[in-house]
Amino acid sequence: MEPKQLAEGIAAGRISRKKIAENFSDLHPPLDAHEAAVAADRCYFCYDAPCMTACPTSIDIPLFIRQISTGDANGAAKTIFDQNILGGMCARVCPTETLCEQACVRMEAEGKPVEIGLLQRFATDSLMDGKKHPYKRAKATGKHVAVAGAGPAGLACAHRLALKGHKVSVYEARRKPGGLNEYGIAAYKTVDDFARREVDFVLAIGGIDVKYGADIGGAITLDGLREGHDAVFVGMGLGGVNALGLGGARPEGVEDAVDFIAALRQAKDKSKIAVGRRVVVIGGGMTAVDCAVQAKLLGAEEVTICYRRGQEHMNASAFEQELAAASGVTIRHWLAPHRLKSKGGRLTGVELEYTTLSKGKLAGTGETITLAADQVFSAIGQTLDTVALGERLELRKGRIRTKADGRTSLKGVWAGGDCTDRGDDLTVTAVAQGRDAAESIHAALMG
Amino acid sequence: MADIRNNFVGIKSPNPFWLASAPPTDKAYNVERAFKAGWGGVVWKTLGEEGPPIVNVNGPRYGAIWGADRRLLGLNNIELITDRDLYLNLREIKQVKKNWPDRALIVSLMVPCEEQAWKKILPLVEETEADGIELNFGCPHGMSERGMGSAVGQVPEYIEMVARWCKASTRMPVIVKLTPNITDIRYPARAAKAGGADAVSLINTISSITSVDLDTFSPEPSIDGKGSHGGYCGPAVKPIALNMVAEIARDSETAGLPISGIGGVTTWRDAAEFLALGAGNVQVCTAAMTYGFKIVEELKEGLSNWMDSKGHRTLDDITGRATPNVTDWQYLNLNYVTKAKIDQEACIQCGRCHIACEDTSHQAITSMVDGRRHFEVIEEECVGCNLCVNVCPVEGCITMVPLKAGARDRRTGRKVEKTYANWTQHPNNPSVRTAAE
Repeated sequence: MEPKQLAEGIAAGRISRKKIAENFSDLHPPLDAHEAAVAADRCYFCYDAPCMTACPTSIDIPLFIRQISTGDANGAAKTIFDQNILGGMCARVCPTETLCEQACVRMEAEGKPVEIGLLQRFATDSLMDGKKHPYKRAKATGKHVAVAGAGPAGLACAHRLALKGHKVSVYEARRKPGGLNEYGIAAYKTVDDFARREVDFVLAIGGIDVKYGADIGGAITLDGLREGHDAVFVGMGLGGVNALGLGGARPEGVEDAVDFIAALRQAKDKSKIAVGRRVVVIGGGMTAVDCAVQAKLLGAEEVTICYRRGQEHMNASAFEQELAAASGVTIRHWLAPHRLKSKGGRLTGVELEYTTLSKGKLAGTGETITLAADQVFSAIGQTLDTVALGERLELRKGRIRTKADGRTSLKGVWAGGDCTDRGDDLTVTAVAQGRDAAESIHAALMG
Repeated sequence: MADIRNNFVGIKSPNPFWLASAPPTDKAYNVERAFKAGWGGVVWKTLGEEGPPIVNVNGPRYGAIWGADRRLLGLNNIELITDRDLYLNLREIKQVKKNWPDRALIVSLMVPCEEQAWKKILPLVEETEADGIELNFGCPHGMSERGMGSAVGQVPEYIEMVARWCKASTRMPVIVKLTPNITDIRYPARAAKAGGADAVSLINTISSITSVDLDTFSPEPSIDGKGSHGGYCGPAVKPIALNMVAEIARDSETAGLPISGIGGVTTWRDAAEFLALGAGNVQVCTAAMTYGFKIVEELKEGLSNWMDSKGHRTLDDITGRATPNVTDWQYLNLNYVTKAKIDQEACIQCGRCHIACEDTSHQAITSMVDGRRHFEVIEEECVGCNLCVNVCPVEGCITMVPLKAGARDRRTGRKVEKTYANWTQHPNNPSVRTAAE
């Protein structure tokens, strides 16, 4: 055991810097050329391929895999980027086990799909390593479009608009582009500063300028954007987080999972990030898993995910749950946070109540359990900052109401990604919506 | 237990699997290893006449094509006959035969097309006590430019002549190895028989260029930027070889002439197919060159197990069993009607049957039924062509089901006749009409 592993409270450097670096290496190491050839040979080149239908961006998967197998990895990448300019990140973070790979006919045949995600990464890495942007802008249209948010939806939208010859100004609240790709994904899923490199790749098309520190409701307003541009795309994501709602003062040691994940991603040296000896993560989605697994990788002794419903209700995919279990995280179901316990303003534990479904509704049973904890992470969902939007946009379930092509209730304003009612917390969905909104904006501007 | 002992023109071997004359049989070291591994016989790599040794290229000798997962499907070679000293080979042959008296040891020969040359070498081979000779009239590269190999094999008169010289000069059985680089394989086979040959073996390799290097524009295998056609072999050539074996087996002029089947034999099934079409045994090369000699275990066991399961006791029970079923197109039964049937339980929904049929054939397989992805044969359109069966990745998922006599063919609307009727009897056949008038 490493000397500082069991330090009480919240501490950095529980395990050696070397070990932490190892822990945070690439979750799925890339395929080499031979591995890619073997994997590509398994594709049947299906007609109207189910994998393609299952992909939110409808990438022509059989075609790009055939291109890989014939030694044309760059052509394969172009096939991918035609549908999904962030195909590199999606290759890393897509829950392929619930999307393309689940639909692969090899699942039906042998229970073992073609490794589509890894093949996509092989192709996109190959082209992106070449440093040459594969697209040329169309002739300038003279139109100027504002894109609020430089996350997956905004970048996909901006790229497609630039491709069509429009001038694009991206307004990003944070100091770096990428959105959740930069701040919100577990570090082991995207190593070597890939998110930033991918943004550079996207912007290399030209015609896109990015302004940082430009948050809607702060430095800029929706109305201001509408006045200064021919069209506006809102891809601002979800800025707020749901509170645990347990009342009282928040003791030291209670944190939002998204902050922890962002801090880890931004840290040059992850061994400087402090983590509790005993950690409880409240939630059941990908964020909860990303948070819990990384806490464990930093050297936390006990990490427990507590989810208020059953395993079948968890938003985290089966693969993510297995990853958590394999990393030593305990996942407990049917437990809802009831009370935070603290001593001298420092968290000591969390009391949880057992839950059950009663007539389809979640209800507490009255029985409680207390888990000792130095650190509790809340990962119970994020919210749209509706105040910032100025209450001008029609909402649905707290998100911007959009039509299939991304149009909002406001003329000249389109939206996509997690901030909309059609968002589903997936990078790939955000990309599809940004891309499709760009096509709709283009049609409207040029119509 | 099936008896797989082989007697080929009097040459006995414990099984019908011989290694063909080729790189694996060039010297005692390899042949000893082959016999240890269990091969029934070996055709020693072709010896040439006494003189300065043959010279081979010093760059790549082989080219290839591959299937999925880089399975080697076809191999091409530009290696010549043995480049070792004649007497060294003869000494080794004699020793190996002595060491392995129960195995077949045949010596492949290629000397200039002059009687004296053959008369000179035959006694030297006889002295080794080898079991027989195989005349290499097949090699398509290098030696053919010097008037040997396939240059002889492509001229039936030469084949007959040389076979006759050999038969007159040796007591050993004479096997004539035929080249497939010819329009009709029956002519050289007939010539071999006319010359008194005891058997033919076929096919030798097929003239080929396996690929072109798209950076250098050199054919492969590339020797300093240039390439030459080589001899093609391996699984890819099996269908060509099977047809040629069958053509000879069913030709009235050569019927009964023993055949040693060669060409892409890789598994026991391939071997059984050659035997069924009329081969008395088989020769193997590429499979051994790909996987090593150990494959003979699978060949022997597989053949024997299959024979047991079917009640075939000896190789004679199999040889030629499929020959009578090879016929001319005009005699095929036009009243035999089949329809494809897709086993929905086995279907993995890849849709390849649909797109193959839709794009390239008869539009006889659905892709959607009631808004759901579903692949089903449309009997009204299905001509029973079998393409869907061939492109389906799941063996046995699609089968061709013959319609029973009396059933209605939903494509033509006609009842399936019980009787056999072929093209020679068909009303659309002009020659039939002429005869009727």
